[in-house]
Amino acid sequence: MVLQMNHIMKIYSNGVVANEDVSIELKKGEIHALLGENGAGKSTLMKVLFGIESPDEGQIVLNGQETAIKSPQDAINKGIGMVHQHFMLVPSLTVAENIILGVEPKKYGFFIHMEKAISEAEEIAKKYNFDIDVRAKVEEIPVGIKQKVEILKALYRGADILILDEPTAVLTPQETDELFVQLEKLRDSGHTIIFISHKLDEIKKICNRATIMRSGKSMGTYEVKDISTEEMSRLMVGRDVILTFDKKPSNPKEVLMRVRNLSVRNNQGVQKIEDLSFDLRGGEILGIAGVEGNGQSELIDSITGLNKSYKGSIYIKDTDIEKSSIKEIRDLKLGHIPEDRMTSGCAGNLNILENLFSNQYTNQEYSGKMLLKTKRIQERSEELIVEYLVKCKSFRQNVGMLSGGNIQKVIVAREFSTEPDIIIANQPTRGVDVGAAEFIRRRLLEFRDKGCAIILVSADLNEVFSLSDRLAVMYKGKFSGMFTDVSAVTEEELGQYMLGLKHQEVQEGVIYE
Amino acid sequence: MNSAKRFDMFRMVFSVLIALLISFVIIFFVSDEPVTAIVTLITGPFKSKRSMGNVIESMVPLIFTGTGVCIMFSANQINLATEGGFHLGGLVAAAVALKLGLPAGLSPIVAISLAAVAGAVFCAIPALMKIKTNSPELVSSLMINYISLWLCTFLLMHFLQDPSVGSASYKLPPESELPTLIKGTNIHLGLLIALVVAVFGYVFLYKTRTGYELRLTGENENFARYSGINIVKVILISQMVGGVIAGIGGSVELLSPIYSRFSWVSLLGYGWDAIIICTLAKKNPLYTPLAALFLAYLRTGASIMARYTDVTLEIVQITQGIIILLVVAEQFLSGMKHRMIAREARASLKDEGVA
Amino acid sequence: MLQNLLSPEFFNAILRATTPILFAALASSVASKSGITNMALEGIMLFSALFGVIFSAMTGSFPLGLLLTMVAGGVIGLMLAFFVLNLKTDEILAAIAINLMATGGTVLLMLAVSGDRGSSTSISNVSAPKIVIPLIDQIPFLGKILSGQNLMTYLSILAVVVMHLFLYKTPLGLKIRAVGENKNAAESVGISARKIQYIALILSGVLASMGGFFLSGGYMNMFTKDMSAGKGYIALAASAMGGDTPVGGFLVSLLFGAAQALANMMQLTDIPHELIQMVPYLTTLVGLGIYSYMGVRKRQKLAGK
Repeated sequence: MVLQMNHIMKIYSNGVVANEDVSIELKKGEIHALLGENGAGKSTLMKVLFGIESPDEGQIVLNGQETAIKSPQDAINKGIGMVHQHFMLVPSLTVAENIILGVEPKKYGFFIHMEKAISEAEEIAKKYNFDIDVRAKVEEIPVGIKQKVEILKALYRGADILILDEPTAVLTPQETDELFVQLEKLRDSGHTIIFISHKLDEIKKICNRATIMRSGKSMGTYEVKDISTEEMSRLMVGRDVILTFDKKPSNPKEVLMRVRNLSVRNNQGVQKIEDLSFDLRGGEILGIAGVEGNGQSELIDSITGLNKSYKGSIYIKDTDIEKSSIKEIRDLKLGHIPEDRMTSGCAGNLNILENLFSNQYTNQEYSGKMLLKTKRIQERSEELIVEYLVKCKSFRQNVGMLSGGNIQKVIVAREFSTEPDIIIANQPTRGVDVGAAEFIRRRLLEFRDKGCAIILVSADLNEVFSLSDRLAVMYKGKFSGMFTDVSAVTEEELGQYMLGLKHQEVQEGVIYE
Repeated sequence: MNSAKRFDMFRMVFSVLIALLISFVIIFFVSDEPVTAIVTLITGPFKSKRSMGNVIESMVPLIFTGTGVCIMFSANQINLATEGGFHLGGLVAAAVALKLGLPAGLSPIVAISLAAVAGAVFCAIPALMKIKTNSPELVSSLMINYISLWLCTFLLMHFLQDPSVGSASYKLPPESELPTLIKGTNIHLGLLIALVVAVFGYVFLYKTRTGYELRLTGENENFARYSGINIVKVILISQMVGGVIAGIGGSVELLSPIYSRFSWVSLLGYGWDAIIICTLAKKNPLYTPLAALFLAYLRTGASIMARYTDVTLEIVQITQGIIILLVVAEQFLSGMKHRMIAREARASLKDEGVA
Repeated sequence: MLQNLLSPEFFNAILRATTPILFAALASSVASKSGITNMALEGIMLFSALFGVIFSAMTGSFPLGLLLTMVAGGVIGLMLAFFVLNLKTDEILAAIAINLMATGGTVLLMLAVSGDRGSSTSISNVSAPKIVIPLIDQIPFLGKILSGQNLMTYLSILAVVVMHLFLYKTPLGLKIRAVGENKNAAESVGISARKIQYIALILSGVLASMGGFFLSGGYMNMFTKDMSAGKGYIALAASAMGGDTPVGGFLVSLLFGAAQALANMMQLTDIPHELIQMVPYLTTLVGLGIYSYMGVRKRQKLAGK
């Protein structure tokens, strides 16, 4: 047994219980999966192991000795390395500089010995068969290479236990395969790997054992070969993940949005959307699937007015929105559930009431020309809290003190309470508990049945499959596929479109003319 | 009140006490008669009607600049030009009083109104620079404070100067003076104007559409933008309203019975004092009179102490500095706060278990 | 006037006027590179201007006086770091607090030490010496600029080189840049961002204190109330406009130094001196506006508009 974490308890200062009596054991030379939904507490557990967070209760036993890990440095010294989901690299520095950062070889006792640094970096890359130009600046290399740099960084520091946090989330299939080969080599050379993921097939493929977490608790550790993917998913979400809604057939009406020849560059000048055109009709849900970073965010930002530097045109109900402000676009009865609720979906330090009216305080019902109608706003807040099942003490509670699911309900309540004709839902259930997620999905379907036009961007394939009436796949700023009969598409097929292995030359049902 | 707010109150009082304690220790080091000095500092303001009046008078400029800063900081516009706006307001008021020859009643109204306009225009400069060129308002506002100082000094020396007294204007005419409210003190109409402004500031921030826009932007600019709020308008309005209040503050102070001439040839520091008022009032203008009362009391005590003992007035700036440091320090006493919140979370876990 | 502008004396004056801003700009750049805006430069300079007078008078020695002042500057930097990093005080408000304490504290201290409220004339401090460099002072024109400067001026230019090597060629410099650019990345390899930022802020305090020392022991030979007069703030702008690099900060500081020197020279003309006093601040304001606007344009171009 290389490592044991026993009865770990972690409460964050906002009162969220992230880990509750979690235990995990690692054997030497295994790839151990840590499996769970977003927000299940996997990351917190690993932060405790890596010394980023200190547990409120529990013990860590490393190589048979009880130990306290006080900082990442401490963890590294004890042979633990971590590859974070968001790369921990300094973009303006070279690969070699990133690898040696913190353990720089010196010359004259004072300066960095850069020649030595480069040769050492090249040496370790060679030893583990990583093909990397160590003199390149990190900001100029592709994602797959960045991840290799991350792994090399950990190995350079002598890591025996390697934590990989959702390493395949940003990789192409080829890069993933390559990664798996390398991970198996590392395992065979005696390294222990913790593989955090929620992709069951990948776990089946390379992991020996799996510990499954659900809402902060451990659901047990299993030999991967003895447990089926259905069983794993049941443990993960608490029941079989078959999202079946008694969905009425869609009854699409007039076109409410037209996107024509849309092209967008981000502020580094990289082309994120290329010549994209599609229509959206009332009474339908257009699902957009795709690996993150393939232009989904840029598309949503352009439609909702957050990004104004695009080429091409976007019409909402026959209005060209190129010159329209965000307010004017919202006044065309558009609601928007943003991708990241804490960054742009709410103000954590303001209370629930103040978060519920940011899109409609100018409505005559809630304000005169100058003054807010405080009484009416309070009444309406209480109604919305009840209607959207927001669990809170009162509308005076700060939004930042609520759980993720409840914050999301506040946002949904705000966006839906204006009775929108068009809803842009970007990852509407990400990191939200099962109950809240189902509630939000049902609401989306209700709006669709009322004739609302909905765009649903989601990384949760089950969600896009079960809600969408049409399904588009985004790959490198274009639609690589468009499916008008969602039930006819298999998950495997969709995956191939998402990864750019397949591409429809002629797409039907994109534009209605 | 929830536990977090209760804790914040406790921490603020505790911070003020620590700041006072440190100041007392400093007094022990620099003074030959520390006990007398400290006793004078604390009891001095109560010794006479006049000194009690001093406390109330010195609240006035603090309420103005404090309210102005509350509004700008609520929108997260770190514009420190209140200092220069206040200064400019004083100069404009002096110029109106001396040059226009308006009758009593009308003269202060015109003076204060023009000072308000001047303050607005002045504080709009960093705002416009931010909007047009993306310059940080923090740095540009620091620069224009000095520009305001030298511009006002220039105008004073070349247009308003009374050659018989040196660097001061001619005596202000009685028509321009704000009336005293309580005989035997200098407590003047400005106090009422200040209180009205504080209430106005509260209503503006918490009861109006624009105030709501300001606060949303201040707490999370991305969220405000996403909600459809015009950020450019918020940047401009918040800083201009702050400037209006600073300008009014400067003019009211100058037209009060405390001054008979315009003689400000260095920055007075009310802009910096405003930061501590805003900090203590937790950005809510309604609490600025309370915070101003505390600071004015400390100031008056210190100036009496400076008169009768060997400790100088400037000790107050050290006290103020420590108060800001501790009140704004999120982690100060955070261990206690975490234990309090963790205890509540555990308790609610138990409740759910039972239910 | 034009003749004056082209005289070696004027260029000499530029370097003199640049010195305090340059020290503070370097102080700002090292703090900024580590990810913290050090607005307390103003207060640290003011404190150090007084400490310089007191310490050099106490020890009767310039080097000892400077050394003690640098230690004191480092301690103030440490204090700022403690509040910002450990107690999570907003860095701008913490700086304002320190600047307030400097305004009051220097008067309090000067009164206690010299019995005077306005200036330190009663204390006989030891200023930094002027250095005549042999051979170089013989070069026509250039000799009068490069030689005969105050020792602190030479130190400030040396500091540009040292800070450049420090930030770009040493392990600690690499760590400072890494922490400032991606704090999480630095922490993930076991670098304590807090420790690095502590070091950067202490260093920042030391550099700013050298600028402060020069104000009262070189530029002038006594301490006067509020003598930093916004130079710390000007330096903040200079560093930002120089991309927070030592060399960039040096170039912009030279520009602001020239504005100050020009203002000093215009005192001899019949332009009202109050307007002349505005020149350094106005130059900084306009410079900041132009620099920031260029940044906006650059981003717009990249986005293809």
